[in-house]
Amino acid sequence: MSTPLTPSPRRSRVLTMRGIGKHFGAVKALTDVDFWVNEGEVVALIGDNGAGKSTLVKILAGVHPPDAGTIEFDGDEVEIESPADSQALGIETIFQDLALCDNLDVVANLWLGRELTAGGGLDEVEMEQRTWTLLRELSAKVPSVRIPVASLSGGQRQTVAIARSLIGDPRVVILDEPTAALGVAQTAEVLNLIERLRERGHGVILISHNMADVLAVADRVVVLRLGRNNGVFNAVDVTSETLVAAITGATGAPRQGLDPQPPPPADDGKIIRLPSNAKRRRGPTGGSDR
Amino acid sequence: MSGIRDDRAPALGDPGAEDERMLSPGAVRRAGLAVVERIRGGDLGSLPVIVGLVVIWTAFQLLNPVFLSSRNLVNLTMQCAATGTIALGIVLVLLVGEIDLSVGSVSGLAAAILAVTFVELQWNPILAVCAAILAGVLAGLLYGYLFTKFGLPSFVITLAGLLGFLGLQLWVLGSAGSINLPTDSWLVEFAQQMFLPAWASYVVAVLAVAAYAWSLVSRARRRAAANLVSQSYAGIAVRAVGLLVFLLVAAWYLNLWRGVGLMFLLFVGLVVVLNLVLTRTRWGRSVYAVGGSVEAARRAGIRVDRIYFTVFALCSALAAVGGILAAARLGAANQSTGGGDVNLNAIAAAVIGGASLFGGRGTAFSALLGIVVIQSISSGLTLLNLDSSVRFMVTGVVLVLAVIVDSISRRTRAATGRA
Repeated sequence: MSTPLTPSPRRSRVLTMRGIGKHFGAVKALTDVDFWVNEGEVVALIGDNGAGKSTLVKILAGVHPPDAGTIEFDGDEVEIESPADSQALGIETIFQDLALCDNLDVVANLWLGRELTAGGGLDEVEMEQRTWTLLRELSAKVPSVRIPVASLSGGQRQTVAIARSLIGDPRVVILDEPTAALGVAQTAEVLNLIERLRERGHGVILISHNMADVLAVADRVVVLRLGRNNGVFNAVDVTSETLVAAITGATGAPRQGLDPQPPPPADDGKIIRLPSNAKRRRGPTGGSDR
Repeated sequence: MSGIRDDRAPALGDPGAEDERMLSPGAVRRAGLAVVERIRGGDLGSLPVIVGLVVIWTAFQLLNPVFLSSRNLVNLTMQCAATGTIALGIVLVLLVGEIDLSVGSVSGLAAAILAVTFVELQWNPILAVCAAILAGVLAGLLYGYLFTKFGLPSFVITLAGLLGFLGLQLWVLGSAGSINLPTDSWLVEFAQQMFLPAWASYVVAVLAVAAYAWSLVSRARRRAAANLVSQSYAGIAVRAVGLLVFLLVAAWYLNLWRGVGLMFLLFVGLVVVLNLVLTRTRWGRSVYAVGGSVEAARRAGIRVDRIYFTVFALCSALAAVGGILAAARLGAANQSTGGGDVNLNAIAAAVIGGASLFGGRGTAFSALLGIVVIQSISSGLTLLNLDSSVRFMVTGVVLVLAVIVDSISRRTRAATGRA
């Protein structure tokens, strides 16, 4: 049973990325991007198509190694060269396609590849018991853990995928567009689940296109635009108009709403090295680097 | 701890969870209702095969009263063993969503190797059997290598294997073309003459049911101790007694003639063992996962390549065992061993028995049920003095019917959200 962390202003830093750069051939996908996550914090990562959200997440997931920059995990500099490295650090990524086996039941999917064994065979009882415990902790609504995943709704499938990522007790959970294909009620269910993740003390990175979802659940919003940081906002004092403006480039990397304080470590100032306004801002009309 | 768990099942909406645990006549009725509900939802399980089998047996019995005589049924069981063992391997490859078209040739090759090493080279029969099975394993590993290394479709690899290993079989047999196995060797006696004594068949039946009931009871106990929904003892008793009655009656009826053949017992034993491996081990779970979604399995950390290697190797090994049994039963290995309809019968048996061609669905028992259907048709038509032309056509029709049932139940499952 996890001890739910009460959100405190001083939460320890889990993950810090500094000056991350990545290019594919001539295309610069990411340039000098800074990003960090604290324990028990939901960070929304937003941006237009091609802004570099997926690339940044794939670097964390170990799909692509970065070309430049450093990644610190719990204060130690680390290299993430493969998905296995990423998982070993405690980073779990739930991609949009969820990657569930439709023919297997909820328990089997949750423990796939990590099955518990007893006396040479599968320990179904222990797995099912722990599944119930986990689902209860998440207040998840799943009709039965012994029905094939195929018969679950989209939200329930998302729930199963998220619950599966928690089996290894990760420090950071990355959710790629978790609400993209869901209806209103199911979206609420998943957002609720994200709150539970925060309470359990996981750092959550949420990629989303949906401003309402982002503002409903995130603590901090990081905007990427054309592969660069384009603003970091506290979710409580930002409107979706401001975010849209930052996404589209109508406003350049502003510092509004964010003084470089929230993350505790002493070297805060160095980490949040946002590009200066003068350099980034092209004015409301010509908001493009190209 | 327990305070939290007490209300778990109802809180999570598992209806009837509490009642299920009680010993009451209602529990049995509810279990029956659940089965009906599942079937309505398109989760047919083995039902279509069993219904089909009843229809086939009734029809043939009406046409020729000899069909259900214990003599004919004893022969039927003996005919099932060889091709059934091959079908067992096919079930495995179907579970990972692949196919092996070469099982007939591989079984023929194994028979040829057995005959040549045993008869011409005078090897110890056990050594000869091992050599034949090893040849099958090697063939399977070759398929696994070609499949995982070059990404060739299994259809093409095994089609090439069908031709290649047929050639190898002919080459191994050499100019003789046919080699008789000595009829006094234990191998041939095992396949032709060895039957369980009547008392032993009853003992085996009782022991099998006892083991089955014990595993159900211990599971129910553990689940009840963990406060999970568990099967009621009434339900277990109904199942165990039903199985016991079925096995005892079957054994008694077969004992009216020669009894339960050891070769058939070996086949059933293989089915049971494979079923345990598939349902109770991590490897078995991985096989189903790969059949369900290769990508999901890979991301879950399953070494998908290893699963393919082992599945292809096991399929070819079982094909080799089937070939050995066929040769032993015939008392000879010749150029047509494993040829003709063996290949297609094995594949048809797996599909008719309920292994889905789309991967991830089916059990080891599919092979047993499927081969009984196919051999029943074959035996029934032979009794009616119809020649193989009719047999092929009827088997073809049954195969299509089986795949139609698979396809429709898939759609129903999708429509009712059980896909």
